[in-house]
Amino acid sequence: MSDILLEGRDLVKHYPVTQGLLRKLVGYVRAVDGISFSVERGKTLSLVGESGAGKTTAARAVLLLEKLTSGCIFFEGQNICQFSSSQLKADYRPRVQAVQQNPWSSMNPRMRVRDIIAEPLVVNTRQSKQQVRKRVLELLDQVGLMPEHAERYPHEFSGGQRQRIAVARALALHPSLIVLDEPVSALDVSIRAQIMNLLKDLQDQHNISYLVIAHNLATVRYMSHSVAIMYLGEIVEYGEAEALFEQPLHPYTRALISASVLTVPEENDREVTQIILKGEMPSPLNPPSGCRFHTRCPCAWDICSQEVPQKKVMGTQWVRCHLYD
Amino acid sequence: MSDRIVLQVENLHTSFFTRLGEVKVIDGVSFYVREGETLGIVGESGCGKTVTGLSIIRLLPEPAGKVVGGKILLDGSDLLKLSQKEMREYRGKKITMILQDPMTSLNPVYPIGDQIAESIRLHRNLSEGEVLKEVISTLKLLRIPAPQMRLRDYPFQLSGGMRQRVVGAIAMSCRPRLLIADEPTTALDATIQAQYIALFKEIQRETGVAIVFITHDFGVIANICHRVAVMYAGKIVETARTRELFKNPQHPYTIALMESVPRLDQKTDRLYSIQGQPPSLANLPPGCRFLPRCSDPLDFCHEREPEEKVIGDEHSVSCWRMWRTN
Amino acid sequence: MTDEKEIVAARPKRKGYGLSQRARLVKKLTLIIPVAILSILVLTAIFAPWIAPDSPTATNMLERKLPPAFMEGGTTEHLLGTDGLGRDILSRLIYGGRVSLSVSMLVIAITASIGTALGIVAGYLGGHLESVLMRITDVSMAFPGLLLAMLLSVGIGPGFWTVILALSILGWAVYARMVRGETLKVRELDFVLQARIIGASPLRIMVKHIFPNIINSLIVVMTLAVGLMILAEATLSYLGIGIPAPTPSWGSMVADGRNDLSMAWWISTIPGIAIGLVVLSCNFLGDWLRDKLDPRLRRL
Repeated sequence: MSDILLEGRDLVKHYPVTQGLLRKLVGYVRAVDGISFSVERGKTLSLVGESGAGKTTAARAVLLLEKLTSGCIFFEGQNICQFSSSQLKADYRPRVQAVQQNPWSSMNPRMRVRDIIAEPLVVNTRQSKQQVRKRVLELLDQVGLMPEHAERYPHEFSGGQRQRIAVARALALHPSLIVLDEPVSALDVSIRAQIMNLLKDLQDQHNISYLVIAHNLATVRYMSHSVAIMYLGEIVEYGEAEALFEQPLHPYTRALISASVLTVPEENDREVTQIILKGEMPSPLNPPSGCRFHTRCPCAWDICSQEVPQKKVMGTQWVRCHLYD
Repeated sequence: MSDRIVLQVENLHTSFFTRLGEVKVIDGVSFYVREGETLGIVGESGCGKTVTGLSIIRLLPEPAGKVVGGKILLDGSDLLKLSQKEMREYRGKKITMILQDPMTSLNPVYPIGDQIAESIRLHRNLSEGEVLKEVISTLKLLRIPAPQMRLRDYPFQLSGGMRQRVVGAIAMSCRPRLLIADEPTTALDATIQAQYIALFKEIQRETGVAIVFITHDFGVIANICHRVAVMYAGKIVETARTRELFKNPQHPYTIALMESVPRLDQKTDRLYSIQGQPPSLANLPPGCRFLPRCSDPLDFCHEREPEEKVIGDEHSVSCWRMWRTN
Repeated sequence: MTDEKEIVAARPKRKGYGLSQRARLVKKLTLIIPVAILSILVLTAIFAPWIAPDSPTATNMLERKLPPAFMEGGTTEHLLGTDGLGRDILSRLIYGGRVSLSVSMLVIAITASIGTALGIVAGYLGGHLESVLMRITDVSMAFPGLLLAMLLSVGIGPGFWTVILALSILGWAVYARMVRGETLKVRELDFVLQARIIGASPLRIMVKHIFPNIINSLIVVMTLAVGLMILAEATLSYLGIGIPAPTPSWGSMVADGRNDLSMAWWISTIPGIAIGLVVLSCNFLGDWLRDKLDPRLRRL
């Protein structure tokens, strides 16, 4: 069995934009424009980027919530684009589950916790009520909750506890991969550590892979084995987490790190040197020519607006930037 | 940054009157901010930081929320003694507030020029031509490019970062003495956040405005605040200059909080996670509020709430450990 | 529990904390009185044969147009007087209430079921199905109601079921539209997405996830609809195309007393007051329900 659990090859998702009564096609939102990545068994890959980078779209594609414009997802070596819908329901869906960002809206407020956690089992398996109940209690225990919590409703819990319930639900079908969309960003700072530690422990215990969508780099560094930095629908840098954070190659990666690092002020009480990018992320309707980052890059030169940079492998990372040609 | 104190909050008590009775959301909070200085109030949700901001500008949700004690002195005048009418004159002119969500802070049906002008028209007696000049000068202060052309833009035509700048423009339009910023950068992307913070530092240098910056993000604190107050369960547990707080935190909550935040500049093997949850304010046991989650309490901590002790230059801590003589 | 709950509980109730005792009493009354009125209506409707003092259809030409008991010339035998044909108004009021209530309950049951089913399907599945269903809804709403009622009355003949049919045809569209709107909102919530992720079928999602979360709005609309249906039936009966004689209906009672407004005003006025009180009560109850159920929905 290969080490690679899930692979995305040249994934593209364009949303058509229409105007006017006759719905004339005027362009495409190029949300994801040719990205490739792979998630290894039992390891975590994080897709990092700011809003508009396309990371959520990529995650939704993996969860089959979006139909790709082109490109394919390979799961355990098999091309799932060729799976029929019943095959997907039987072989893919149960193995790829999700934990969402907002613990307040990701659960049906009208359902009790035990039904929420049991739902994946009820929909996908034919287990008896006894078996389901047993599994629910097992899952509650794994995420650090008590059996009596099963009878309550979501609104009776705090944000952190709700995320635990969401994790329990995601584990119900013994998935190989869990997609986590900003799993801790809606939680209080002191609770984040609890949930991140829980996720790491579960990964070690059950050899689950995680695909994490995040924008907080410190969280990403703590949780990930590999990282993909996304900008405007493309991956600009990709590689092993530690190496990437120690030696960021792409100017965007460096700016992101600089904006996120907690630097204790040295001289004056708040003078911190930072890379400040000019402008904002351009619209994915009309990405800049050549390297998409050139409009904001502090090191851009002529070739950057003319040619799209190719992938260059440097050690355990690869980067798309003319600086490394 | 001068030495003049713009805002002095003394022993503020704010309560919410609910079905469960009186909930003391802020229970004796004191701090001060000088001209040109930024004081950060950091804490988690429920600690009372937002309510502190609302109490100062006297915009608590009525009739449930009320300030029940203390003084709020702005340039020496006690805001709590002002009538509603007088307070309205202060709001927008001497003291303003920025909120977290740029989407809902702006009225979607008016162009941004009008929204900035509204505050100017309310508080200053200027001709229309002068109002226009002020609006443009404020847009320039917030470094919004091509201000004359932007006047007629509607909020939906702007990005999140730009919208937050417009919100900032509305706040700064009358060049207030005090600005309360409640998590203004939380909804922004990292690189936009960096721009925004750099911008506000410049604005502060130019106008000398005092800022109370409410946040939960230590990275932002390190970047923009001169001094920091850490809040927990309605009380301030530690106040210090930023550098001092990071290098020498004393309160167990401050320390635990810093250790539970992952670092980007170094590898963390295992995050420390504070066990338990913040306490319910309706049902407080006697003694220190942090006690159930403190890793190393003293016996005395059960009995009385700790008193504040000054342990250094502008560094004070509310913890019984500080009172132990060596 | 954490402070989140505190702050939520502390959010100022719209009916106000910090109100005086008297104000709070008034607020309570705006609920108690409507509920009392509606309870009386329901009880008298159910137990009509035992409660009504007289037959609602028995005529008595000797005791025509008697005023109510509290007026001069009235008797305790006919507490609310008699109408032009000597029939006891109180009994007719009670039996009429039965008619009004049963018509409105039935119509609401039919229209709410059809409208909700179509609304959820249209809202969740979208696409061409939604367009078609919504166009049908539009047509239904654009139809002149009175004209339809008249046509049916002429075509099938007036009667209880004709009224039910007419009001049902006219009434389901409102539910469909509202439910579709609510469905569109709920559809975007994360837990629906989650259900898709675990592989739940659209049917399961519509039944188990969408429907329970739109019920709140539905209940409010249904409560308000009771008053509207009673009014609608009364209108039809007043115009003569509703429930035919001799079955008493509040609407036809008002119509009957039209010519006697100056002398025997009670014949029209009493049923008129009954209609007004019941409709008002439904509105108050509906408003109360909306306030009660809404914040809980938003507490998510």
